[in-house]
Amino acid sequence: MIMHAMTLTLPDLVPALPEIFVLFMTCAILLLGVTARQTAWSYALTLLTLVGAAAITAFDSSGSPQYAFSGQFVDDPMADVLKLMTYLSGIAVVIYSRAYLIERKLFRSEFFVLLLFATLGMMVMISANHFLVLYIGLELLSLSLYALVALDRENKLATEAAMKYFVLGALASGLLLYGMSILYGLTGTLELNKLAAMVYMGVRSPTLLSFGLVFLVAGLGFKMGVAPFHMWVPDIYQGAPSPVTLFIGSAPKLAAFAFTMRILVDGLQPAVGDWQGMLAVMAVLSMAIGNLAAIMQTNIKRMLAYSTISHMGFLLLGILSGTFAGYSVSMFYAIVYVLMSLGTFGLVVYLSQNGLEAENLDDFKGLNSRHPWLAALMGMLMFSMAGIPPFVGFYAKLSVLQALVGSGWLWLALVAVLFSLIGAFYYLRVVKILYFDSPNAGVLPLSVHADSRALLSLNGLAVLLLGIAPQGLISLCVYAMQMSMQ
Amino acid sequence: MEFKSLVFYVFSTILLLASLRVITARNPVHSALSLVLAFFTAAGIWLLLEAEFLAITMVLVYIGAVMVLFLFVVMMLDINLIELRRGFWSYLPAGLLVAGLMVLEMVMVLGGANLGLSEPAPLPADYSNTKAVGRLLYTAYVYPFELAAVLLLVAMVAAIALTHRKRNDAKHMSPAEQVKVKKADRLFMVNIKPQKPDAPKEDES
Repeated sequence: MIMHAMTLTLPDLVPALPEIFVLFMTCAILLLGVTARQTAWSYALTLLTLVGAAAITAFDSSGSPQYAFSGQFVDDPMADVLKLMTYLSGIAVVIYSRAYLIERKLFRSEFFVLLLFATLGMMVMISANHFLVLYIGLELLSLSLYALVALDRENKLATEAAMKYFVLGALASGLLLYGMSILYGLTGTLELNKLAAMVYMGVRSPTLLSFGLVFLVAGLGFKMGVAPFHMWVPDIYQGAPSPVTLFIGSAPKLAAFAFTMRILVDGLQPAVGDWQGMLAVMAVLSMAIGNLAAIMQTNIKRMLAYSTISHMGFLLLGILSGTFAGYSVSMFYAIVYVLMSLGTFGLVVYLSQNGLEAENLDDFKGLNSRHPWLAALMGMLMFSMAGIPPFVGFYAKLSVLQALVGSGWLWLALVAVLFSLIGAFYYLRVVKILYFDSPNAGVLPLSVHADSRALLSLNGLAVLLLGIAPQGLISLCVYAMQMSMQ
Repeated sequence: MEFKSLVFYVFSTILLLASLRVITARNPVHSALSLVLAFFTAAGIWLLLEAEFLAITMVLVYIGAVMVLFLFVVMMLDINLIELRRGFWSYLPAGLLVAGLMVLEMVMVLGGANLGLSEPAPLPADYSNTKAVGRLLYTAYVYPFELAAVLLLVAMVAAIALTHRKRNDAKHMSPAEQVKVKKADRLFMVNIKPQKPDAPKEDES
């Protein structure tokens, strides 16, 4: 086996070009940050890196899965689509948070370097075909995120959040590694394709397989932030500086989706009966806890954190249906959720100006009378999150439910609808606050940041336009999944 | 029981007890020293598995370098363990209950599980463990290996970003600024008109 795997030829590197490009550019920005006085350079180069990576990924993509590095790396259409979305959310995060960072003296080169390293970690996770690579990609992402959360050292809440995130993240990594090691002991392989083949042929002890699976699913649950492993989500969302919350709430969800798909579907599809039930329990709990706890929140970041938990539960519904259609709509749901989350947290960041942290629901009172367009954007995003037509959130929920009913999980679909109805309450309450409450006395007028304002408008309109014409994105997801699963 | 198993069980027992000591010791220095012992026995278990390179690296890197540095840090910091341990006893029953349940479940599942693994055939005398590890690292596992390097870079960047700062209360000076200083920065010429002193009035009286 050693002899067989000894060759490393140049064509091996071609599928991994986006990763290599991002790594080199990040190191360049790191060096530049040491010498250049102007952080604006790092800012511009970060945007350039993400755009360049998008160009390379789009140019590099092919219709079928391509393996590299002795089968540890896979570049398939699903990875390409998810990576493109990851770059897009990276760009949005960078543009949305510029003004916020400058005002709070956090506009430093390290922010962008860590953000790019996190992006690299997500790309590695999305393209992994090996347990070891998955794990290292995950750690690359997590380590960058811990540092980003703690970047504002004067902020005690952020430091506490970073500590909690770090400790719970380490625990989750331990669980994942334990699960992986059990599966390795059982099958003798870490490669996901081979693992699937081994499980398909039947393993020596099915009990042990589900035993390892329990640890894997628990670790995945931690990383995705679904109940009952959700405890860290609200604290970290609330404690982290808003741009970091914006980042954590967006692209990592795509990576978490890819991570789950790689392990459970690419690696353990033959054991689908074992993990379906676990995911069902986690999905129901997440939707229940997420939606019910969100109602009681007064802090909008905390409320959105609980909303994330419920959305992640919904995402699991598509995966647990265990069908090809379910995986496609789950991917669609993940992309749509990231779009909505970017817009919502982007607005929270945008409104945090002039020393005010727009964290509480009260800070959004009567936004319509002050800034009608921003209020309209926020309203659209809330309608979309609640799943009200014609916004895209409705189609995302609808298609997941269709896939679920199609594979015979009628009761689960009913539960999901019920909790979505409960969830609609707190989204609509935000709309009520925006339009029918009078603003707090003594609120300073907002200064205009044309770049993030324009992108926010695009983001909000995308939620509306994709809702009117969702077919393009849906068929893209179906196509990507079809080409990747063959 | 053959000798090899005996050694394994002895090492494992010491490893477990040392790990337990790491989290229960009152004095952080004792914790760190117990961790050294735990690493050392782990290296012993690796030697039993004929992974000599890993075992020696563990001793050299972890015990020789990392733990010594760690000990220095622990000795220099003034850690108030009483403060850290507040709530330990109140959480203990719930923790023990969960841990006990987990152990029970694991024993029920794993007890008697047979992985069907047999002892690998002994390797020839001139087999080099180091060579095999090196060959795998730079060929089949080059991708995760390079990524691990990136991970270390991130750890370094994060550590510097979180600890390096300009302190407002530190009285440091910049030689460059001092050299560049001009006379006009420090010396102000004030034009004062000469004034007549008030004439002494005592004379007139």
